[in-house]
Amino acid sequence: MRRAILFLEDGFWLEGESFTIRGETIGEVVFNTSMSGYEEILTDPSYRGQIVCMSYPLIGNYGISGSDIESRRVQVEGFIVRENSQIYSNFQAKKSLSDYLRQNKILALEHIDTRALVRHLRLKGLLKGIISTEDFNFNSLRNKLAKAPSIVGRDLVRLVSCRQVHEWREDWPQLKFERKHTVAVIDCGIKHSILRFLKSYFEKVVVFPYESELKDVLRINPQAILFSNGPGDPQAVEPAIELAGKIISGLRQGSLKLAVMGICLGHQILGLALGGKSRKLKFGHHGGNHPVKDLATGKIDITAQNHNFIVDTQDLSDKDVVQTHINLYDNTPEGLRHRRLPLFSVQFHPEAGPGPFDAQYIFSGFRKMTDKIFAK
Amino acid sequence: MPKRKDLDKILIIGSGPIIISQACEFDYSGTQACKALAEEGYRVVLLNSNPATIMTDPEFAFRTYIEPITVEVLEKIIKKEKPQACLPTLGGQTALNVAFSAAKEGIFKKYGVELIGANAQAIAKAEDRKLFKETMAKAGIETPRSQIVYKLSEAASALEYVGLPCVLRPAFTLGGTGGGIVFNREEFFSLIEIGLKQSLVSEVLVEEAVLGWKEFELEVMRDRKDNVVIICSIENFDPMGIHTGDSITVAPQQTLTDRQYQRMRQEAIRAIRAIGVETGGSNIQFAFNPQDGRLVIIEMNPRVSRSSALASKATGFPIAKIAAKLAVGYTLDEIPNDITRETPASFEPVLDYCVVKIPRWTFEKFPQADTTLTTSMKSVGEVMAIGRTFKEALQKGLRGLEIGKAGLEPQIDLRRYKIHPQDVKEEIKAYLIRPNAERIFYIGDAFRLGFSLSEVASLTKIDPWFLQNIKEIIDFERELSSQHALDIKRLKKAKELGFSDKQIARLINAGEDKIAMLRYKHSINCVYKLVDTCAAEFEAYTPYFYSTYEKEDEARISTRNKVMILGGGPNRIGQGIEFDYCCVHAAFSLQEENIEVIMVNSNPETVSTDYDTSDKLYFEPITLEDVLNIARREKPRGVILQFGGQTPLNLALGLERAGIEILGTSAFSIDRAEDREKFKQLLKKCRLRQPANATATSFYEAKRIAREIGYPVVVRPSYVLGGRAMEIVYDEVSLEKYIKKAIIASPLQPILIDKFLEEAIEVDVDGIGDGKQFIIGGILEHIEEAGIHSGDSAMCLPPFSISDEMIEEIRKATYVLAEELKIKGLMNIQYAVKNNVLYVLEVNPRASRTIPFVSKAIGVPLAKLAAKVMLGKTLDELGLKKEIVPPYTCVKESVFPFNRFSGVDIILGPEMKSTGEVMGIGESFAQAYIKSQIASSQVLPLEGRVFISVKNSDKRSVVFIAKKLFELGFEIIATAGTAKVLSKSNIPVKALPRISEGRPNILDYIKDKKVHLIINTPSGSIPRQDEVKIRSQAIIYGIPCITTISGAQASVEGIEVLKKEKLKIKSIQEHHKTLNYSVPNE
Repeated sequence: MRRAILFLEDGFWLEGESFTIRGETIGEVVFNTSMSGYEEILTDPSYRGQIVCMSYPLIGNYGISGSDIESRRVQVEGFIVRENSQIYSNFQAKKSLSDYLRQNKILALEHIDTRALVRHLRLKGLLKGIISTEDFNFNSLRNKLAKAPSIVGRDLVRLVSCRQVHEWREDWPQLKFERKHTVAVIDCGIKHSILRFLKSYFEKVVVFPYESELKDVLRINPQAILFSNGPGDPQAVEPAIELAGKIISGLRQGSLKLAVMGICLGHQILGLALGGKSRKLKFGHHGGNHPVKDLATGKIDITAQNHNFIVDTQDLSDKDVVQTHINLYDNTPEGLRHRRLPLFSVQFHPEAGPGPFDAQYIFSGFRKMTDKIFAK
Repeated sequence: MPKRKDLDKILIIGSGPIIISQACEFDYSGTQACKALAEEGYRVVLLNSNPATIMTDPEFAFRTYIEPITVEVLEKIIKKEKPQACLPTLGGQTALNVAFSAAKEGIFKKYGVELIGANAQAIAKAEDRKLFKETMAKAGIETPRSQIVYKLSEAASALEYVGLPCVLRPAFTLGGTGGGIVFNREEFFSLIEIGLKQSLVSEVLVEEAVLGWKEFELEVMRDRKDNVVIICSIENFDPMGIHTGDSITVAPQQTLTDRQYQRMRQEAIRAIRAIGVETGGSNIQFAFNPQDGRLVIIEMNPRVSRSSALASKATGFPIAKIAAKLAVGYTLDEIPNDITRETPASFEPVLDYCVVKIPRWTFEKFPQADTTLTTSMKSVGEVMAIGRTFKEALQKGLRGLEIGKAGLEPQIDLRRYKIHPQDVKEEIKAYLIRPNAERIFYIGDAFRLGFSLSEVASLTKIDPWFLQNIKEIIDFERELSSQHALDIKRLKKAKELGFSDKQIARLINAGEDKIAMLRYKHSINCVYKLVDTCAAEFEAYTPYFYSTYEKEDEARISTRNKVMILGGGPNRIGQGIEFDYCCVHAAFSLQEENIEVIMVNSNPETVSTDYDTSDKLYFEPITLEDVLNIARREKPRGVILQFGGQTPLNLALGLERAGIEILGTSAFSIDRAEDREKFKQLLKKCRLRQPANATATSFYEAKRIAREIGYPVVVRPSYVLGGRAMEIVYDEVSLEKYIKKAIIASPLQPILIDKFLEEAIEVDVDGIGDGKQFIIGGILEHIEEAGIHSGDSAMCLPPFSISDEMIEEIRKATYVLAEELKIKGLMNIQYAVKNNVLYVLEVNPRASRTIPFVSKAIGVPLAKLAAKVMLGKTLDELGLKKEIVPPYTCVKESVFPFNRFSGVDIILGPEMKSTGEVMGIGESFAQAYIKSQIASSQVLPLEGRVFISVKNSDKRSVVFIAKKLFELGFEIIATAGTAKVLSKSNIPVKALPRISEGRPNILDYIKDKKVHLIINTPSGSIPRQDEVKIRSQAIIYGIPCITTISGAQASVEGIEVLKKEKLKIKSIQEHHKTLNYSVPNE
């Protein structure tokens, strides 16, 4: 155990202990209210650039299974909990949380009044923070923070997108559907859970780097295309927005025949490509208990959420873009659909990972949409 | 969907008396439902036989029927009130069962009443084992391997299919009565026979024992639009095989990965849809195999349950209230979350703390009972604690149990280990293997003695994660006690781990106050955090707090005039819902006076711990340390201890010492009433008589005193209260036996000896004083003669057999005592009348168990007025000018948990055994009495066969009773002695042989249900084996068994009246109209 400090850019600080390594790390500090699912959260590429604080105090209880990871590495910049479990207890566990983080060289704190931190972030909005086991000088910490880049306008996707085109082969064994079509995935930091869902519905899932050219994507002759989740500010993901724009105009002109879907950052990218505006939420949505209402049916799903930005598409010139879902916590938009084009997207995470599976139907909806346009 | 406009009047069924597995959590949920429906403009008609509930207060419903919860009464109410709908899902299993029976009889259809919440089909699917399994199979949800048995002859084949060990679960019983785990063929066949009898529909499920699997519960809510949310996940600390009511439980779940949890969540949602619970809450239990993750569903309660009350308190999400609103048509997104105001109820609460619930048992009351915990619930109450870690919450919970432990302290005397290490280890092992009430403490001891984690895990089958946390507490305890001086860093750490000052003090051999002073000096103070349903993601408005040792304090301290009310902690026999009722009244009353009310309590089942009840709720153990912490922070004007029973009174001295004002009757007066010597002086001064008494410190002295006073005598150790370890002793031999036992239990403690007034009539008087004036609330005559604890006795208001002169004498004595003690608030006096002489037995200058009953009887909220009196109002100002004697009769009857403890004798004595009470109101004593009997499930037959066997001294008085029964058309059978006496009086009677002497004897009659009523009074101090067998068999076979002559007399009168006239029903509001008191308008 080593004494450590968390220092935020507004001067708020808390002292705790590192239960992993020594050192220093900087990131935007966010909190997640999921009571379980730390393995998924740690490995979710959308958390790149962020230090995650778990609001549930007891973390590490069931260890790390290795089978619930959402990407091949730990993505968070730092991790903060109230109490890290001394042991783990679960038949699937392969190692302890602290060993896992230590191996991945992630600085993680415990014995922090995490509730105080969450309350602070709620009131002040998201802030940059630094964790250090070496430097306890406020001035020096403040200087380090000031030099660190802001998350706004920064292209974090570059850090998490795949380098090469590759095919994904894992599915969810419990989902038994007849698989059809090829789906191209624009990887802005995609989670394994999404890929597994796609593989459960589509015959072939091919993952492309986010900077891929349209012609490269079309080379595999996909029937569907998905813009994935990912970290940071959608404005900064220019290549993907551009790609989305080309696809949309192709659809409009009829030169392209594709079903298009977006999740989270992918939703924002499509929204921007359609002419929407993005803005940053005060402290974002990060958790597994957000009620989202489907405006068409009135049904409410409890959804997994992980985003700091939203995209407004209410005032578009294209009146065919409709809002499909809203978040009942704060009435922010949660989904859009194009009335004439085979395109829709959601802000929440239908793949959960972690969180409830209420919105799973989104994937089968995507497949149905694909079936429909190719049935003609 | 907005609320339904086609409904106007809605019938709610309550849960009746407090019994094991159905306690005041249903008053909490029922009260919430009544309030919620009234808020929406519906007129609520309520049926509940339990007067000690808030929900039966007249202002909570349009019409309140304190009547027996039977199909017959239900139909009468429906006929009279013509409600459009009936909501049966808020009154526990009792309400569900009666609604289901009524539905089967076609009553709802006949009167056009719609069942809302859950319809009969959904109830059947969830409750009927076979249908449940079929439904689950169809929904693709796995259940344990099983077979259903309807007849004893089918048992063998079921056993063959399922195998041993297996679990027996009778359908339609309360809290798993009659069920259990069996390990061999003999156990299997004997238990299945009992189960078939106890099941309302003669159906027992024989099921694969998933022993040692992890047990989980989910609280699920669904609305009319099929939106489903999970309010709370609960993980049982104890593995499968122990009833969840007897398990330590933890919220949220701790040891499942998110994916494992989500699978369970999805299955729960599928289950509630498949069962077809249209709206409201359900509780679903799962078993999870820790080896391979196999998940099976165990059962589902299609209603609000004990666990949902716990979940409401654990999360801040008011399940019952929302369930009521969903039942009338709202959808979850239309109902705001009270706590955050801005967000809707269609979400899943998240916690940022750990909640631990620990059951409280009272096996000491039933020495013959088997203390092993099984699938049949045995605990009578529970405590809940909130902490930021499991360790902290567990220790808070353990000290909140009030069983003499200040945290996770040792159970065995560890010094013994040094002498006989092997014996002690074996002893501990045995306690780890066999689930029992103290197992948590034995686990601590095991770690103290160096057992390894895996050893304890394999013996207990408890998840290593929990055990590791316990081990960490013990490891730190070792570190703490090995230090010579307590350093501040360690003290701080100890507090973070939930150690109480007292616990630390005991470890380092210091005084509790020394630790407290050290803390104060170094500013090691607890902080208060908010329970907000959302882990601080949103602003929360509800002031519901728990303490922890961390950085930020969220307590919002106002500058208002405030009063702190201390609740009663976990329910136990002798301290239950009645006291919570009083606390809630005090809260309501003080709020009317614009006082900020701060409630402190640790019992999740209660109305007092509803965040709606007070201005501020601190969910904390009722210990001096925890209460002082709050008082130091809040600085209330005073604290009210009078209402919470003995628990808060025990803190009086400590609070006063800390300079906190105790409102109401002075501590000086309390002491005069409670201290035996001072009490003697007090009575002397008032010229009142008490039974001859003295204190002995040796057997020799006791013998001398008993001889002087004359046998029989009542003996008890001086340190206990509430009839604990009290006994009536008839001769020197028994006296010696008792004293030997007492000396072993606690050497050097004096023994109190009182003359026992045999066959005296006992009388309870409750009243209220404002320091100057005193007004009697009610004079209650006990129906059973003296010697039976007043909490167990049936009582009648107004008295039914005492002369007017004696009543006058009782009044005068009461006024004299009230004046002498300057009673400010409530007072209860127990008298005995023998040979027309009045004796004072006890004076309690506080709320008594009978306050709710008396308040309902006379239409005056005594506890409410008492709270105002404590603030300085006079009775005159409050509009209470004189004693109110109702023109009708009210009978209170007690309800006992004997069916939970097979083999325990049901004879009543000075030790209280009842868990709850019912009220019968009628025009005559007989009407009221018979209602009270029906309400307490003692269903007296109107025809058939009566078995009479009484002790010699009762033989004369039983003649009249037998004669009456014969005239009413009953056939009489009796034991030889009793038969002889009856024949002499020309009553036709058939004599039966003693059990050991021939057959068919009475046991055969009982088993064949060929006897319908048993009158059996115990012979002398040691009941004969025969009698115990008769009485316990009667309980198993559900045959009413009366054990006192006066009870038999009253019952016969009741049977007579029931044969002549039909049961009449009347609401409490209609009754109160005949009285001349109305609560003054503020």
